Amino acid sequence: MNTNTLIKMENITKRFGTVLANKNINFSVKQGEIHALLGENGAGKSTLMNMLSGIYTPDSGSIFIRDQKVRLSSPRHAIAAGIGMIHQHFKLVEALSAKENVIAGEKKQFFLHSKKLSARIKEISQSFGLELDPDKKIYTMSVGEKQTVEILKVLYRGADILILDEPTAVLTAQETVQLFSILRKMKNAGCGVIIITHKLHEVMEVSDRVTVLRKGETVATVCTKETTPKALTDLMVGRSVDLSIQRIETTHKQSILEIKEVTVVDEEKVKVLNNVSFTLRTGEILGVAGVAGSGQKALCEAIAGLQKVNSGKIIYEEEDIVGKTPKEIIQKGISMSFIPEDRLGMGLVASMDMVDNLILKEYQNQKGFVLDRKPAQKKAEHLIHKLNIQTPGIHHPVRQLSGGNIQKVLLGREIDLNPRVLITVYPVRGLDVGSSYMIYDLLNEQKMLGVAILYVGEDLDVLLELCDRILVLCDGRVTGIVEAHSTNKEQLGFMMAGEEQWEQEVEVVD
Amino acid sequence: MALISFFAAAVVAGTPLLFATLGEILTEKSGNLNLGVEGMMLMGAVVGFQVGIMTQNPYLALIGAMGAGGLGAIIYGFLTITLRANQVVTGLSLTIFGAGFANYMGQKLIGQVVPESMKIFFRPVSLPVLGDIPYIGAIFFRQDPFVYLGYITAIVLGIYLYHTQYGLHVRVVGENPGAADASGVSVSMYKYIHCVVGGALCGLGGAYLSLVYVPAWQENVTAGRGWIAVALVIFAAWNPYKALIGACFFGGLDIVGFRLQAFDLKISQYIINMLPYIVTICVLIIASVRKSKEYGGPKGLGIPYFREER
Repeated sequence: MNTNTLIKMENITKRFGTVLANKNINFSVKQGEIHALLGENGAGKSTLMNMLSGIYTPDSGSIFIRDQKVRLSSPRHAIAAGIGMIHQHFKLVEALSAKENVIAGEKKQFFLHSKKLSARIKEISQSFGLELDPDKKIYTMSVGEKQTVEILKVLYRGADILILDEPTAVLTAQETVQLFSILRKMKNAGCGVIIITHKLHEVMEVSDRVTVLRKGETVATVCTKETTPKALTDLMVGRSVDLSIQRIETTHKQSILEIKEVTVVDEEKVKVLNNVSFTLRTGEILGVAGVAGSGQKALCEAIAGLQKVNSGKIIYEEEDIVGKTPKEIIQKGISMSFIPEDRLGMGLVASMDMVDNLILKEYQNQKGFVLDRKPAQKKAEHLIHKLNIQTPGIHHPVRQLSGGNIQKVLLGREIDLNPRVLITVYPVRGLDVGSSYMIYDLLNEQKMLGVAILYVGEDLDVLLELCDRILVLCDGRVTGIVEAHSTNKEQLGFMMAGEEQWEQEVEVVD
Repeated sequence: MALISFFAAAVVAGTPLLFATLGEILTEKSGNLNLGVEGMMLMGAVVGFQVGIMTQNPYLALIGAMGAGGLGAIIYGFLTITLRANQVVTGLSLTIFGAGFANYMGQKLIGQVVPESMKIFFRPVSLPVLGDIPYIGAIFFRQDPFVYLGYITAIVLGIYLYHTQYGLHVRVVGENPGAADASGVSVSMYKYIHCVVGGALCGLGGAYLSLVYVPAWQENVTAGRGWIAVALVIFAAWNPYKALIGACFFGGLDIVGFRLQAFDLKISQYIINMLPYIVTICVLIIASVRKSKEYGGPKGLGIPYFREER
């Protein structure tokens, strides 16, 4: 392996207002290595990488590329220096084709030479084993394909330093394997790859060295071969952490919610749910796996009464709840903590404080015209205490809390209503290890109380450890419901890709 | 024959709309929703007219009109791009400002007419070969030079937006400024340039009204055409070629009432005068029902861009 240093960042400091995001960070990447960047939410990983890609400029400190001191004051400088960044939220234009996205930002020519360009893109794709139709529009693409476009864009510009910000968060197991093989090819071609991820097993699998950040500072840089997931987590959190997720066995399993042949057709006349049937039981966590956009959202919204159901029944305690309003369904004890991508989308109102967010779900039970805030204030204080929510106070806008704390507010509010059914969608998306475990514990606690939990997740490892059963969705169809302890990631992956597997289904025991 | 002369007149009436629509397409493609079209047209109309009377030079008049429209756009750009003010509110203020500016400047111009030398310059010219095509020639190619300039502008804009690297950048800036920035495209520069050039085109549209269409100064010479242009952008699905067709169509609606008077119809004049505005409302309804990612507006339209937003 070549040991030339590609990037060296020295004593980097960056402030946002009063928040110190990066403090005296030192970081380096060698030629031909995959370097993983680990850290909890808010540890400053993205900030550091955004400075490398010219989006932010450091307040102090210096950056060297191939031993040359550089000032990256805009993305253009970073690109010229051979740095290509693939952001967590893809920076692609939906309405344009793959090749138009690839050449955006080029300055070499006046007219677009369509055919020459397609040929060049195909050439690059083949040399790195990528598959892509240059004329396909982005909005018709799967998440994996979109990522391929992003990678191609970087390769097309001849970048030899590639930064990936949580690239696997939205990929299936198979797509992740493919991505890693591309990264290894780039590494062998002498590029430097930096990968930000929360998933420790991926760090162990793909990286050569790991740098751990905590609260804006570098904690350590270690060789992957000489470390363990446990050691990395301890470095990240700053104390010893138990990495196993408990699956608590409960006894009184009764069917509580029955979904019968539910079909949902969206505005574009696409069946987002196609003849979906399953049973949800008390005291169990039913996991829902599937590639993003396989119908998870429609399923949860159908149960919560937010989505019109075209045919089929949803039976809750011997009553069909299809066609009931969300309010009626909430009163029956079905609670949904819906956590969309941006976390603050449907669950909470970002600019309001905790008290007002709590009132959102209970104001209907209040009498009179003027709101009584006192009970909600008490409840907010209770939640802060019980769930150890880190906030300057109950009147602080929730937007300014960290991701994990926002999640606790949301889940805390739902749990406080004593629901019989709890629906959570990506509850740990974007959360760090510590916060994620806190959420798992909360869910297990509810399970022990006999609540039926529908858990829509994306990390298969977590689904396998936490859930009792796992339901797999593919293009709105259920491709299988399996017992979590008797299946594995490969099998789930195949089912997510559309292969039906039913032999493992166990009859409902009432 | 009456039909041909009607269509030819529709093209003329559509020309100010065409310039304003093309200007707004360029502005919106770079992500700026500038509702000040009416204001910029009025500024262009009054400055173009003033310069025309003073210098008797048609070229200087056009340059003056473009400068005035561009100036309005610079005010808008400074507020929305640099200071990141709300685009809708800023655009509406620009309309009010433009109207006031034109009324003030135009006080002494009321009743004045365009000098003869300029009228001659803007006289219809039959294009060789094209002008001799039956029907089509009479409708499209026996017009004044200003109309031809409109055709050329539309075609050049179409080629620019869809077939050049810079046009691609404009579309990326308008759709997803974050993506443009990450690709090394200067978002502010693209927004400023296209905003100002768009404003200059709106100014030209106004100048056509005062210098050629009327051709004398009257208050509120645009009479809401700027607003129709804003709707036309949606009608044309942000496509300069479709803007050509749309402008002729709305030009036709604009003059149909006047033409129908000859037939002594029993419909009130006022109802017919409402036609362009009713169709505008219909266009907006249809556009909001028809949802398509490719033919919809730029995704980043109306949203100020700030790189370090967290």
